[in-house]
Amino acid sequence: MKYEAVIGLEVHAELLTDSKIFCGCSTKFGSEPNTQVCPVCLGLPGTLPVLNKKVVEYAVRAGLALNCTIANFSKMDRKNYFYPDLPKAYQISQYDLPLCSNGYIEIEVEGGTKRIGIKRIHIEEDAGKLLHEGTDGSLVDYNRAGVPLIEIVSEPDISTPEEAYQYLVKLKSILEYTEVSDCKMQEGSLRVDTNVSVRPVGTTDLGTKIELKNLNSFKAVQKALEYEIKRQIKVLEEGGTIVQETRRWNEAKGITEPMRTKEEAHDYRYFPEPDLVPIIVTEEWKEEIRKTLPEMPDAKRERFITQYGLPEYDAKVITSSKKMADFFEKCASNYHSPKIVSNWLMGEFARLLNDTGREIDEVPITPDMLIELLKLVDDNVISGSIAKTVFEEMFFTGKNPQIIVEEKGLRQIADEGELRRIVRKVIEENPKSVEDYKKGKEKALGFLVGQVMKETKGKANPQLTNQLLREELSK
Amino acid sequence: MAISKSEVEYIAKLARLKFTEEEIEAMSKELSKILDYVNKLNELDTENVEPTAHIVPIHNVFREDEVKPSMPREKVLMNAPFTEQGCFKVPKIIE
Amino acid sequence: MELYSLTVHELKELLHKREVSAQEVTKSYLERIKEVEPKVDALVTITEEFALERAKVADEMIKKGEAKDLTGIPVIIKDNISTEGIRTTCSSKMLENYIPPYNATVVERLLNEGVVILGKSNLDEFAMGSSTENSAFKITKNPWDLSRVPGGSSGGSAVAVAADEAAFALGSDTGGSIRQPASLCGVVGMKPTYGLVSRYGLVAFASSLDQIGPFTKDVTDCAIVLNAIAGHDPLDSTSVKIEKPDYTSYLKEDIKGFRIGVAKEFFGAGIEEGVKETVEKAIKVFEDLGAEIIDISIPYVEYALPAYYIIASAEASSNLARYDGIRYGHIAKNYEDLVDMYMTSRSEGFGKEVKRRIMLGTYALSSGYYDAYYKKALKVRTLIKNDFERAFEKCDVIVGPTSPTVAFKIGERTNDPLAMYLADIYTVSVNIAGLPAISIPCGLSEGLPVGLQIIGKHFDEGRILNVAYAFEKAYKFDAKPQAIGGER
Repeated sequence: MKYEAVIGLEVHAELLTDSKIFCGCSTKFGSEPNTQVCPVCLGLPGTLPVLNKKVVEYAVRAGLALNCTIANFSKMDRKNYFYPDLPKAYQISQYDLPLCSNGYIEIEVEGGTKRIGIKRIHIEEDAGKLLHEGTDGSLVDYNRAGVPLIEIVSEPDISTPEEAYQYLVKLKSILEYTEVSDCKMQEGSLRVDTNVSVRPVGTTDLGTKIELKNLNSFKAVQKALEYEIKRQIKVLEEGGTIVQETRRWNEAKGITEPMRTKEEAHDYRYFPEPDLVPIIVTEEWKEEIRKTLPEMPDAKRERFITQYGLPEYDAKVITSSKKMADFFEKCASNYHSPKIVSNWLMGEFARLLNDTGREIDEVPITPDMLIELLKLVDDNVISGSIAKTVFEEMFFTGKNPQIIVEEKGLRQIADEGELRRIVRKVIEENPKSVEDYKKGKEKALGFLVGQVMKETKGKANPQLTNQLLREELSK
Repeated sequence: MAISKSEVEYIAKLARLKFTEEEIEAMSKELSKILDYVNKLNELDTENVEPTAHIVPIHNVFREDEVKPSMPREKVLMNAPFTEQGCFKVPKIIE
Repeated sequence: MELYSLTVHELKELLHKREVSAQEVTKSYLERIKEVEPKVDALVTITEEFALERAKVADEMIKKGEAKDLTGIPVIIKDNISTEGIRTTCSSKMLENYIPPYNATVVERLLNEGVVILGKSNLDEFAMGSSTENSAFKITKNPWDLSRVPGGSSGGSAVAVAADEAAFALGSDTGGSIRQPASLCGVVGMKPTYGLVSRYGLVAFASSLDQIGPFTKDVTDCAIVLNAIAGHDPLDSTSVKIEKPDYTSYLKEDIKGFRIGVAKEFFGAGIEEGVKETVEKAIKVFEDLGAEIIDISIPYVEYALPAYYIIASAEASSNLARYDGIRYGHIAKNYEDLVDMYMTSRSEGFGKEVKRRIMLGTYALSSGYYDAYYKKALKVRTLIKNDFERAFEKCDVIVGPTSPTVAFKIGERTNDPLAMYLADIYTVSVNIAGLPAISIPCGLSEGLPVGLQIIGKHFDEGRILNVAYAFEKAYKFDAKPQAIGGER
């Protein structure tokens, strides 16, 4: 029997407001524990929440970017459960009347695009953080308690782990574009839960759903789903049944394992939050928010192809991140070859970002600095390969390329007399290669060029080196 | 309307309350009596009645996104029975 | 005449004319407290040092010509209203040692007026009760008869004013917790319209019903205190932005042509004959003053009490979930793990009635029962709201008894929760509909005070004060509680 998977994704994204959702405490990440806490977010007896207007605006902006219907009338509800990270023992969230619903994302699949439905987006408050290191108990830090979140729930339209991955990449890029979230998974500002069930192809009843947790990257989501789908099919094929449960992705072992659940009974006793009044988003307000929407990734990609003549592939990679696209555009508008800029962004820059796990706006390189570097290459001040060395230095120190070249003496040797002296030395020291070359082996020339480069620590002008070698060898 | 002992136990767990056998028995009786009284509401046909969650019909009460000073940490922690490393301390939780 | 027996407006005059100092007034009250407190047990905390400190501040304000209406006036605050640096216990073992790091908005406003806080008053634990017997610390006694309850839940505040322990007091009213004890203790108590007074800092019992209000010795004082505490607060989303009038401008004796509604539902089964007769006499007073008495009906009002018990308990079960011993409050000595820590701490920290209501509320919200109980109660709430709106088309205010009985004996109803709940039968519908209402003394029955409830339209406190003031002037209630003694 052939099986197919039915996958749903729940994404929590922290909103980029300055203050928390119900009080004036800062949302800044990484401060000392319990230093961004006040009577309201600590849930002290008698305190009351007041909704941050920007939270509504950001959620509506995300909803519009994700093609959602914006509710005219919406309200907040209490979700009741006990856990030490939840100071009031209820989370203020939205239950039956979320701000946004019925949206979609288009992802690319083999042979076209596929539309993945977005069931709802609602606003809610984040919980605090539990720490388990260096103590015999557990410690609670409430700095994060009350940071605004949107929860984006997909329809179960996703049928493969690859589609799940594509959905997440696209969703992240849209959230970044709309500037409602910085989507940093390593700081927890983007969190993904997924559920998956399998069923025989051709049937319509849904199988038993398994929830997956501890997914720290989009790749982890994809791998966990791949493993889990295989596991479920195997259980069914062996005549077993799937038990509804929450499983945890074990990255090291590459498997999913059953998880101890927080609350035995999931009876959250939702009811309308009496301390907060309904939210009414009028047509005018909605249109005002719509005006703040920037150009979305798909539109930007098309424009980069026509305006900058980028190949389709380059345009797609560059526009997948708004920060990357903005960086590109600042360079491309001041430089003669957009393609060279895109090569640098997709090559050296992407490699270093990937290696260091940093974001483009977290490194000290500015678009102007990159252009300056490219112009040094154009003007033959340095070679292309030296440029990579200089770039790496820029990446880590933020120094100006010109200064790096001077400090490290990386200026290209384009002085004919000096270079000819080195070329002669190399010819003298490598009689075997010279002989080979003269016998007609072109490869030997390459070796000799390499030797010149070695001698000059890569600073020799490649064209001139070639020219001088041929001259000297033909003597 | 009777509320069974097992229901009382379930609700107690949800509410994080602990009762002795005797207390459960008594609670089951008391709650049943109160619910009998409350069931008076069922005399009313409310099929086409909208629920009222807020008695004063106001909406869109917001604050601006402005950072205000937080409390000094000593004050945050001043009423806590157990603290460590600037945090509230609870029994070990295995996640 | 002792200073402690004066009203707020009388004290204000003396203070503003500098015939007495705030420190003298404060000392007079502190002495009075020492004298009567052992008999009535109205207070959980007495803040003598802070009071004397505040009195100095008040005298300074008066000296500088910055005196306001309440400058130098001694007040007692119900112990479920947050006071910075002063223990706020809710009369619960759970919060026995809890010291809030912030002030409730009403406290902040009173302190800006220059009041002198004398202490915090006893209540039924977390304001759940109608007799102030459900306190973890003490049972407050009625100064008219020390073997009887003062009513509740704000019994301590009502007694503080009735026994001259303070010039005025603040209480909170969720189902009658200001009006019913005011009635039983023979003082004036008002529950303002939901949204008129900020709830920020009032330890929540039932968020959609709770409202803070004053206990005073007369109607004039009620208007003065309301002036100080009412008005929009950006920290409370349910606080309404309205143009706040000067409530003292409504203190007029003329009520000719006013339409006063009398609903038969407020004279139903369970009412004591003496209470009925006293209230009927009071209605006659309105007639004599030239008001028009109109018979009205509020048919759904009998469903207010069951709806109230569902709504209030459901909200309470959520509001009281935060007491887990982690951040503040009682924590158990011995427990096995996290869940056991929660369960043991909460079971030790909460009293019986609180646990009963948490259980009822949790049940009403739990999976499968929400529609049958909570949603149903919210729908009945709509019916009751509409009922009052229809009634107010025919009349300007509605009058009736505040409580079906005079003060009952201590211990009489403690073993029968339903009998205790019936004490609120005439007051809960007002909270359900979010309306303002006052209770003023209108006579004695069996030597004990009877309260007259005057209910108004939303934000029509002015009209209520007008009617109450006219009654007070026409019918002089000058009986004083005799069980505590002292120069009056």
